[in-house]
Amino acid sequence: MDLILEGIRKAFFLIFTLDAEVLGITLLSLKVSGTATLISLFIGISVGTAVALSRFPGRQLVVSLINTGMSLPPVVVGLFVTIFLWRNGPLGFLEILYTPTAIILAQAVIATPIVTGITLASIQNLPANLRLQILALGATRVQMVWLLVKEARLPLLAAVMAGFGGIISEVGASIMVGGNIRGYSRVLTTATVMETGRGNFDIAIALSIILMLLAFFVNAILTQIQQRERPR
Amino acid sequence: MNPGDKPLVLLKAEELQVTRGGALVLDIPVLEIIAGQVLALIGPNGAGKSTLLLTLACLLKTSRGRFSFNGREIDAGRGGVDYRRRVAMVFQEPLLFDATIFDNVAAGLRIRGAGREEIGRVVPGYLELFGIAHLAKRSARKLSGGEAQRTSLARAFVTKPEIVFLDEPFSSLDPPTREALLGDLERIIRETRTTAVMATHDQAEALRLADRMAVMNGGKIAQIGPVAEVMNRPADDFVASFVGVETVLPGRVLRSSDGVFTAEVEGGEIQAVGHLRPGERVLCCIRPEHVTLSTSTPPPGTSARNAFPGTIRKITPLGLFHRVRVDCGFELVAYVTRQSLDELLLEEGITVMASFKATAVHVIPRQT
Repeated sequence: MDLILEGIRKAFFLIFTLDAEVLGITLLSLKVSGTATLISLFIGISVGTAVALSRFPGRQLVVSLINTGMSLPPVVVGLFVTIFLWRNGPLGFLEILYTPTAIILAQAVIATPIVTGITLASIQNLPANLRLQILALGATRVQMVWLLVKEARLPLLAAVMAGFGGIISEVGASIMVGGNIRGYSRVLTTATVMETGRGNFDIAIALSIILMLLAFFVNAILTQIQQRERPR
Repeated sequence: MNPGDKPLVLLKAEELQVTRGGALVLDIPVLEIIAGQVLALIGPNGAGKSTLLLTLACLLKTSRGRFSFNGREIDAGRGGVDYRRRVAMVFQEPLLFDATIFDNVAAGLRIRGAGREEIGRVVPGYLELFGIAHLAKRSARKLSGGEAQRTSLARAFVTKPEIVFLDEPFSSLDPPTREALLGDLERIIRETRTTAVMATHDQAEALRLADRMAVMNGGKIAQIGPVAEVMNRPADDFVASFVGVETVLPGRVLRSSDGVFTAEVEGGEIQAVGHLRPGERVLCCIRPEHVTLSTSTPPPGTSARNAFPGTIRKITPLGLFHRVRVDCGFELVAYVTRQSLDELLLEEGITVMASFKATAVHVIPRQT
């Protein structure tokens, strides 16, 4: 019990004294996961909307693959991203393995199916004739797609939360492709794993608390937007 | 339009065909929408009314067909957006956006790139016109069915469309709400002289709003013409049964002279007007409101050539009047008011005299 209390005390000490290393790790976590979320939103919303609005042979298979991708194990993603970025791998020439960019790439791969799947479901849940109604209002195809996405904006905020929540807390892929290099590619989750392994539970607890606070604040802000959006 | 002026054809569709899953679901050789008139499309479920509306609104791909709008072929470029911005469509469900009523009504204008000033100037007038001005700031999610459909109609009319396509817009509303909205829409359509095409399965709506009526069946137009013509002169037995001619008697012409013929129907003979030759097969259609019931023989003060004694089999109240089914050897249906029912002491099982004029029989020649 003392261990936990000491950890909590240490956490607040590190937070309020703005410990440089912890601050750096926190900011890098935010930057990496935030960028990966943005990439996944761009790809996921585009692909999810396109699949929701189109009919083509093999569509059912594509939907099944997207849904499977929503529960893609991070270590599997980490493994394949590592292979791809390995010196002799297909993308080895990029020379980004063990860099924050590699973590962004891996996290985007994890989050994209989540955002795609939620987008797909959100657009499909809109009334069947809404697409025709928007076109009947004189919309071009682009305006129609934009209005549909706008109409599904509240569920799409859930996609942002699920995507960000899924990657800010993942560790497998980040440690595999980022290498957990101090001051360079160390993020909150990889640092927590490392400190736990070393027996530095107080620092590990401190990092965990920061991670949870981060996830809480980001989701609280998005929830606030989601609830404020609905007119009375 | 002055009398004698040729009606202006605003939209013309020719050789229109739509196939779905290999089956032909719409097949219309020609359809003309007249400017300033309301055309009602009536027919049973699956008749192709909605498909026709979607096709006319350029929202559904056709397998074949040519469209001309104001005499010019419709430009199908960019999904026909130029044409779609000149018409509007209201669906059975209101299909409102998750926004305020004001923003919903303004949607079509925003899509057309209207500025804040124009929207602020135009939208309030239409909110007022459809009786929803007091709801302007309310969420579309918090409206009753009638309010939501009013919003949907205002959203369609605010862009001043040259044709409004209405796909059963009142079918999901309760009768008092439907009645109020129908009255307002009738007034607005007449005042703005809007050209409209409305699909409905409710004849009362069609009678109230429409100048012309098209009866659809199996993806085809069985008959199209002025409302009175379609109602009183159905082209075939399907139209007759659908527009409410409840007595349709198949028969064969026995004799004919001076434009009046006698036809043998099951259980009796009927006199009707028409130049038909003996032996021809006919359908005799008699509308319930043209049948008079009386308890005296012969019915006083009538020139009816057809009078048949019969037994009342069933009396069904239908709001303002009663539907009386009389067995005269063949079945005749009559509508009588509550007052007549009481005065004549009509009840099930009694014998009455049912009569109708020869001119009241609408005759449809049938192929043998």
